[in-house]
Amino acid sequence: MKLLKFLGVRDSAPVARERLQILLAHERSLVGRSDLVAILREEILQVIAKHCAIDRDNVRVKMAKGDTLSTLEVDLEIRAPGGAGIALAS
Amino acid sequence: MSQVVVVTSGKGGVGKTTSTAAIGAALAQSGQNVVVVDFDVGLRNLDLILGAERRVVYDLVNVIQGHANLSQALIRDKRCETLYLLPASQTRDKDALTEEGVFRVIEELRQRFDWVICDSPAGIERGAQLAMRHADLAIIVTNPEVSSVRDSDRIIGLLDSKTVKAERGEWMEKLLLLTRYDSARAQRGDMLKTEDVLEILSIPLLGIIPESQDVLRASNVGAPVTLNNPASAPAKAYMDAARRLRGESLDVTIPRDKKSLMGMLFGRKAA
Ligand SMILES: Nc1ncnc2c1ncn2[C@@H]1O[C@H](COP(=O)(O)OP(=O)(O)OP(=O)(O)O)[C@@H](O)[C@H]1O
Ligand SMILES: [Mg+2]
Repeated sequence: MKLLKFLGVRDSAPVARERLQILLAHERSLVGRSDLVAILREEILQVIAKHCAIDRDNVRVKMAKGDTLSTLEVDLEIRAPGGAGIALAS
Repeated sequence: MSQVVVVTSGKGGVGKTTSTAAIGAALAQSGQNVVVVDFDVGLRNLDLILGAERRVVYDLVNVIQGHANLSQALIRDKRCETLYLLPASQTRDKDALTEEGVFRVIEELRQRFDWVICDSPAGIERGAQLAMRHADLAIIVTNPEVSSVRDSDRIIGLLDSKTVKAERGEWMEKLLLLTRYDSARAQRGDMLKTEDVLEILSIPLLGIIPESQDVLRASNVGAPVTLNNPASAPAKAYMDAARRLRGESLDVTIPRDKKSLMGMLFGRKAA
C-alpha cells in the first residue's frame, strides 16, 4: 500500500465518497426533496431549542402541497411554567 | 409499549433478512416478546433463516384475507420461546397484501408483542412501502459500498414521506446498520469509511456487523447467528445493536480482524 501511495495510486474509498456526495446532492433535488419536511423540522427545532425548552417527542411538522401554494404547519409544546403551546403556520 | 420496526434497504442482498432474524432473536433472548414478520411476499426466506420452513401452515396473506387467524399463522421458535415468526406467502400475486389488511395485522401484533420487526423486500415499490408503512422506527441496512448507500438514501426519502408517521407530521426515527463490514478492505482504503457513510446519510449508527463465515454457517443450519454462535463477532455485534434498540448507550466498536493486523505487521501483497 505504501508503495502504491508512493507511486501516486489513490485509495478508492475517498473517490467513492466524493462521487456519492455529488450524486446524492443531485438526486435529492430531483426527487423534489421528499425529505424537505425532515430537514426543515430539524433546523426549526434547533432554532427554537436555543431559546425555549421543547419536548422533541411532541412535535408535529406537516406540509400540505397545493398547486400554487403550500402550507407548512409546525405544532409543538414549549415547556414553561404553565406549559403553553404555540402553533405556527406559514 | 410496543415498537414496530422495519428493516429495509432499497438494495437487495445486503443483509435485511439476516439482520431481522439476528436482532429479533437477540431481543427475544433478553426476555422481550418478539415477532418477526416476513413482508417478502413471493420470495419468503425468513422461515428458512429461522429453521422454521417445515412448520409453515398459514401465512401473512392468509391472515389478511381472513382464511386464518393470527394464532394459527404464528410460529413459535423452538429454541427461544419468546420469539415468533409470521411467514410471508409464496403467492405470485403482488396485490395479495392490502394496505388496510396490513394495518389490521400490525395493530393486532402490537397488542401481543413488545417488538414487531418487519423484514422488507428489496426495492422501493409497493412491497417495500407496505412493510414500512406503519413503522415507528426504521433500521436501514447498508453495505459500505456506493450502490447500497445510494439506495439507502432513496429509502430514507420514502420513510420521510410515505409512512403513516411522516404523513402525520411526526418524526420517523431511522438508524443505520452497517453490515458485511470487511476490515481487511477497510485497512486497504478500498471501502467507504463508517464516518463517510454516516455523514452522507446523516442518520445515527445502530451497529456495525462484520463480514463473517459465522453468518453463513448459521443460515446453513437454520438458526439466527445470535442463537447459533453467541460468542462469534457478528452475534456480539447484533446483540449490542439489540441493546441499543432497547435504549442502552454502548459505544460502537469498529470490527478489526486479526488477519489484517498480522498483514500489517508482516507486510501484504499489494492487491
Ligand atoms: N455479515 C455477513 N457476513 C457474511 N455474509 C452475510 C452477512 N450478512 C449477510 N450475509 C449473506 O448475504 C446474503 C444476503 O443476505 P440476506 O438474505 O440477509 O439479504 P437481504 O437484504 O434480506 O436480501 P433480499 O433483498 O434478497 O431480501 C446471504 O447469503 C447472507 O448469508
Ligand atoms: Mg431478505
